Amino acid sequence: MPFKDKLYRLAKRLLVSREEAEDATQEILMKLWAKNENIGKYNNVEAFAMTMTKNFCLDRLKSRQAGNLKLVHSNYGDDNTSLQKQVEVKDSLDWVGKIMEELPEQQKMILQLRDVEEYDFDEIGELLNMKPTAIRVALSRARKTVREKLMQKHSYGIG
Amino acid sequence: MELDRIEKLLEKYLEGSTSIVEEKELRAYFAQENVAAHLKQYAPMFQYFSIAKEERYTKELPLKKRNINYKWLSIAAMAVLLFGIYFGKEYQEKKEAEYAYNETKKALTLLADNFNKGTEKVAYLNEFENTKQKIYNKN
Repeated sequence: MPFKDKLYRLAKRLLVSREEAEDATQEILMKLWAKNENIGKYNNVEAFAMTMTKNFCLDRLKSRQAGNLKLVHSNYGDDNTSLQKQVEVKDSLDWVGKIMEELPEQQKMILQLRDVEEYDFDEIGELLNMKPTAIRVALSRARKTVREKLMQKHSYGIG
Repeated sequence: MELDRIEKLLEKYLEGSTSIVEEKELRAYFAQENVAAHLKQYAPMFQYFSIAKEERYTKELPLKKRNINYKWLSIAAMAVLLFGIYFGKEYQEKKEAEYAYNETKKALTLLADNFNKGTEKVAYLNEFENTKQKIYNKN
């Protein structure tokens, strides 16, 4: 399936943990597979799959909250060991990822869909049930937050 | 690419009103080496987005066996059954024919045996005839 990477990236954006994102993606792909026969009825399979992924991950997050489960994932890199410049660059990129983790779910998704997957507002609106103006506001907020946090980190680095 | 334009685009970007094409332009600008010093802080953001897009789903999907299509399976079974009945019948007919042949052969053998017995008796009769001729000839 050509868009399975997109599903995975969205799942990972929401669930953070790689393992969980992989499981979620697998589940979604299985469900799609089971629906194989009448999949032609949906005129946009990708949008349909993305919506499924979104709902699935949000459910997961909700049940995780309800079960008071801890966020368990092991793919946080140790960012204190970098000495070389190249590693430092990668480090600041990781930082962006971490900033994005702190955003509210909706902004996370919008930023993911827009800036990573390059979806247009109509597609995002369809996926998230939002009006374009609302998306624009949330997107602006998310981008500004990322920038501000990035600048904070930057000035800490200098000082 | 003039700095003016990038700055303007950045501003628009933060307001969420850039188009996809303009965002691509920004990403391209920050992907290259000579980024203006005062804009360097934005670089990780755009670079991160580019890199994030490269992430792939690498886990193998456990291949699920395709559901057996029961409709076609039943049709196939039906065909096999019909073939079975058809050829079975033919086989049975062949067996019956063989049985009939054997029975006929047996009957014919019996008949032949009896015929042979008959000829033996006729041989006696011949003897009788011969003797009778001898007697006649003497007289």
